[in-house]
Amino acid sequence: MYEFEFVKPATVGEAVAALAEEDAQALGGGQTLIPTLKQRLAMPSRLVSLSGITEMQGISDSGGVLTIGGAATHAAVAAGAASYPALAELASHIGDPAVRNRGTIGGSLANNDPAACYPAAALGSGATIVTNSREIEADDYFQGLFETALEEGEIITAVRFPVPEKANYQKFVQPASRFALVGVFVARFADGVRVAVTGASEEGVFRWREAEAALSANFAPDALDGLSVDAEGMIADLHGSKEYRAHLVAVMTKRAVAAAG
Amino acid sequence: MPKDNDSGIGASPKRREDVRFLTGAGNYTDDINVHGQAYVHFLRADVAHATINSIDTSAAEAMPGVVKIFTGADFAEVGGIPCGWGVTDRHGNPQQEPRHPIIADGTIRHVGEIVAAVVADTVEQARDAAEAIELDLTDKPVVVDMAAALAEDSAKVHEDLSSNLCYDWVFGNDDDDAVQAAFDAAAHVTTLELVNNRLVANPMEPRVAIGEYSRGTDEYTLHTTSQNPHVIRLLMCAFVLGLPEHKVRVVAPDVGGGFGSKIFHYAEEAFCTHAAKACGRPVKWTSTRSEAFISDAHGRDHVTKIELALDSNNNFTALRTNTMANMGAYLSTFATSVPSYLHGTLMAGNYKTPVVQVNVKTVFTNTVPVDAYRGAGRPEATFQLERVIDKAARELGVDPIALRRQNFITEFPYETPVALTYDTGDYTATMDKLEEIADVAGFAARRAESEKKGKLRGLGVNCYIEACGIAPSNIVGMLGARAGLYDAATVRVNATGTISVFVGAHSHGQGHETSFPQVVADMIGIDESMVDIVHGDTGRVPFGMGTYGSRSIAVCGSAMVRATEKIIAKAKKIAAHLLEASDADIELKDGQFTVAGTDKSVAWGDVTLTAYVPHNYPLEELEPGLEETAFYDPANFTYPSGAYACEVEVDPDTGKVTIERFSAADDFGNIINPMIVDGQVHGGLGQGIGQALLENAAYDEDGQLLSASFMDYAMPRADDVPFYQVDHSCQTPCTHNPLGVKGCGEAGAIGSPPAVVNAVVDALQSAGKNVTHIDMPLSPARVWAAMNG
Ligand SMILES: Cc1cc2nc3c(=O)[nH]c(=O)nc-3n(C[C@H](O)[C@H](O)[C@H](O)COP(=O)(O)OP(=O)(O)OC[C@H]3O[C@@H](n4cnc5c(N)ncnc54)[C@H](O)[C@@H]3O)c2cc1C
Repeated sequence: MYEFEFVKPATVGEAVAALAEEDAQALGGGQTLIPTLKQRLAMPSRLVSLSGITEMQGISDSGGVLTIGGAATHAAVAAGAASYPALAELASHIGDPAVRNRGTIGGSLANNDPAACYPAAALGSGATIVTNSREIEADDYFQGLFETALEEGEIITAVRFPVPEKANYQKFVQPASRFALVGVFVARFADGVRVAVTGASEEGVFRWREAEAALSANFAPDALDGLSVDAEGMIADLHGSKEYRAHLVAVMTKRAVAAAG
Repeated sequence: MPKDNDSGIGASPKRREDVRFLTGAGNYTDDINVHGQAYVHFLRADVAHATINSIDTSAAEAMPGVVKIFTGADFAEVGGIPCGWGVTDRHGNPQQEPRHPIIADGTIRHVGEIVAAVVADTVEQARDAAEAIELDLTDKPVVVDMAAALAEDSAKVHEDLSSNLCYDWVFGNDDDDAVQAAFDAAAHVTTLELVNNRLVANPMEPRVAIGEYSRGTDEYTLHTTSQNPHVIRLLMCAFVLGLPEHKVRVVAPDVGGGFGSKIFHYAEEAFCTHAAKACGRPVKWTSTRSEAFISDAHGRDHVTKIELALDSNNNFTALRTNTMANMGAYLSTFATSVPSYLHGTLMAGNYKTPVVQVNVKTVFTNTVPVDAYRGAGRPEATFQLERVIDKAARELGVDPIALRRQNFITEFPYETPVALTYDTGDYTATMDKLEEIADVAGFAARRAESEKKGKLRGLGVNCYIEACGIAPSNIVGMLGARAGLYDAATVRVNATGTISVFVGAHSHGQGHETSFPQVVADMIGIDESMVDIVHGDTGRVPFGMGTYGSRSIAVCGSAMVRATEKIIAKAKKIAAHLLEASDADIELKDGQFTVAGTDKSVAWGDVTLTAYVPHNYPLEELEPGLEETAFYDPANFTYPSGAYACEVEVDPDTGKVTIERFSAADDFGNIINPMIVDGQVHGGLGQGIGQALLENAAYDEDGQLLSASFMDYAMPRADDVPFYQVDHSCQTPCTHNPLGVKGCGEAGAIGSPPAVVNAVVDALQSAGKNVTHIDMPLSPARVWAAMNG
């Protein structure tokens, strides 16, 4: 690590002010950022910890919308998102207990790792990303690998999830990291079905529109028969070819529909 | 046989060392901090092959905290890292042996090679300064693929060698025509090409070294994470730094796993020792996990073609195997012995194949050096042999277990066509035991259950034999070993009867601190708590060769038995004097010396006290004191063997393999502590399953390690392995060591990979897939590709 200054503000306002300094960076659970710093791949002048901000904690439920504080840990979501079981289940399978006790939903969405789980849930649910200055629809928020709509110094203070009638997340793990080699989040709402895929595409998390249309008409695994995503544009690496990932997208989507019931 | 009490040989007392390991009271090298120590950070190459035109350290030297910066030029006067085994090739020529510098000397040959070393007051200052070093490099063509490396027109890893070939070695029957004739006469020939995947050992504790130098006494101390501190001292003193051995102490305290990767003498050890004097301060290095991936010796990495000839009765008539084995960029300490004598000698396996020919070409590439990893050569031999037998059984439509049984060696001693003499074994008995514990008979029903769930189930069975406790020294010397392979123990009895045993073996997870005292206490008939072992310090223990190759109890344990026998003989003389009897009449039982046929006796503690307070003592005939040393050089290897069965389920939609059952029936000869043996087998199975399903050190064509962190290098986790059925009740004791023991440390890692692959192939064929082989690791992606290929 290089040297940096560390501050731990108590309010969002103080955090925004602290982040105004050039090269200041927000620190959530540090599960991505700290390893990056240890490898000297980033050089922030100041880390602004968000973990002391009470207004960014907590999970609340009203009128079919689940609101999760931007600094809520994966463990907190796993235990507290009872009204949205698919989301709680997803959170309970991120990393290991240490990662879940430190890592936060805001950090995960801000980082937008192409193999991360929460992006699939947010996009698949049509969530709203709430920041210190605005609200961003999930459809506008994810902009490619590690790219989001966030501005410099902007903080995710909360995420609002409309709770679907049925939902499920199927994660096929990459054997080493156990991030998603392919993860599919399926959610059925009164007005249609959303399907979001993580881990697979060179463009990051995406909606599989064809599957959404088919499932909106008939929410059953065989509604997907014959549907597939194009292998072009899928990620190829040590752990799987483009064709394999494209194949897994279809398999995991079917399994998610079956499991959603 | 296991005893029902909990002490002595055959009992399973809990591992006494675990109390300190599990309560944070262990003392690992990184726990040691020496007054005034500075820290070294190694600047490592991030390209695989380049000429170093210049290194400018001037800006770095001016950075805060910097003590001294070293480059290759600072080590031009000292020796390179030696290779401990010289293999003679098929034409009688020595292996090609390039210089292996401590710091790159003008050329970078692999990613991770040390280019410069910065010693500073803190690690972070050393890293800061390393970033300010300016390197002027010219890239050279990178050699990664072994076949390409052997092509006429390949770029060379070492300009001063004639090619990238280290040696071309033939073993067993070296008459090509005679071997071909055996194949021509065969009723059936099965051929298989396969890869034995490159692995990174990844012990939980990364390597650490602390060098100290005392100006007052001109003595050096090196604390290091080693499996064999005496070997490190000898290599470093005699070949690298030119230091007198008696001025150098090497200590390997608690070591958090080695698996072979901590046998070797590494540049960082010599560096810290040398730098401690050059800097006038102790110098400490702690490897990061990232460094470990690109600087610890890797394992395996063979590419093989194997052919098995059978007659019309399905008897094996000939075996021919051709292997390319990766050496990496330099020869690590035992690199050249692994694909030759630790591999070729095992190619007969458990079978009476009359003709065996082994050809191995070892190859230099721009990758991290490759050396012994749990099993070392024997897993590579077992894998190809047991895979080709399985393939033959399928081609012939015969039961793979029956085919093996039919070809078993059944008479002992047995001389193989590849130079070994197996002293004992009973392969039929271990296979019988395996069929029982694996419930082979119940497999069909389990397969039907799996199919109901939409899963493909497969059963894979194989045998293995390994050669442990490599010896005798004079023979291995003739084969090119540049070291002896005996071991040593000193039994020091204290006046009050407690015992310290100073052993040359090193325990880094094997449980010696529990099992070794069981033997000594059993021989004397005293409580185990009265016996401790001391290991890992050249300043305290006799010159031993350390721990690897499942040799500790067979070789060092035998030395300990011999020394204890000497102690008992002397103690009987003292007892005879006290009891006014002849020492021939003295019996030792339960810690009491008794005159045979009488009730006259004297206790162990009275005798030991007399040895050190020799008032009533035959001083004119016997020296006072009670301390004996023995060196033991075994007459032969030991030959553990066994039969393993793996049952898998394959998800046909994703290619994911899960191991549902794994059974191991081993013959380890006599057993000191069955619980520890179970643990050794479990650990070995975990590593073998890791190799078979998960682990892969993959390089790209630029010589960059693609799986250089745990994000991409998949280690086995608890939920990747099943609960094991392990049995070691089949025991044919070793005939030539005093304990009748064979060694158990590597068996699991040797025997399990072919069982896993055989099982997956069986599962896929059950669904009508024409898949005859998949290269490890059998990741979901590879299995799926094979099914849909
Ligand atoms: C071993 C391991 C396994 C893992 N497995 C998984 C897995 O299976 N699935 C998965 O999805 N993830 C996984 N992760 C990642 C984990 O979920 C991280 O916690 C997450 O990616 C980052 O969250 P964090 O709170 O730790 O953020 P940090 O590491 O603190 O920060 C990450 C980035 O987000 C920024 N940031 C943090 N909080 C905010 C905020 N509220 N507003 C704006 N920007 C912010 C930071 O400035 C930084 O750029 C794993 C991580 C580890 C170490």
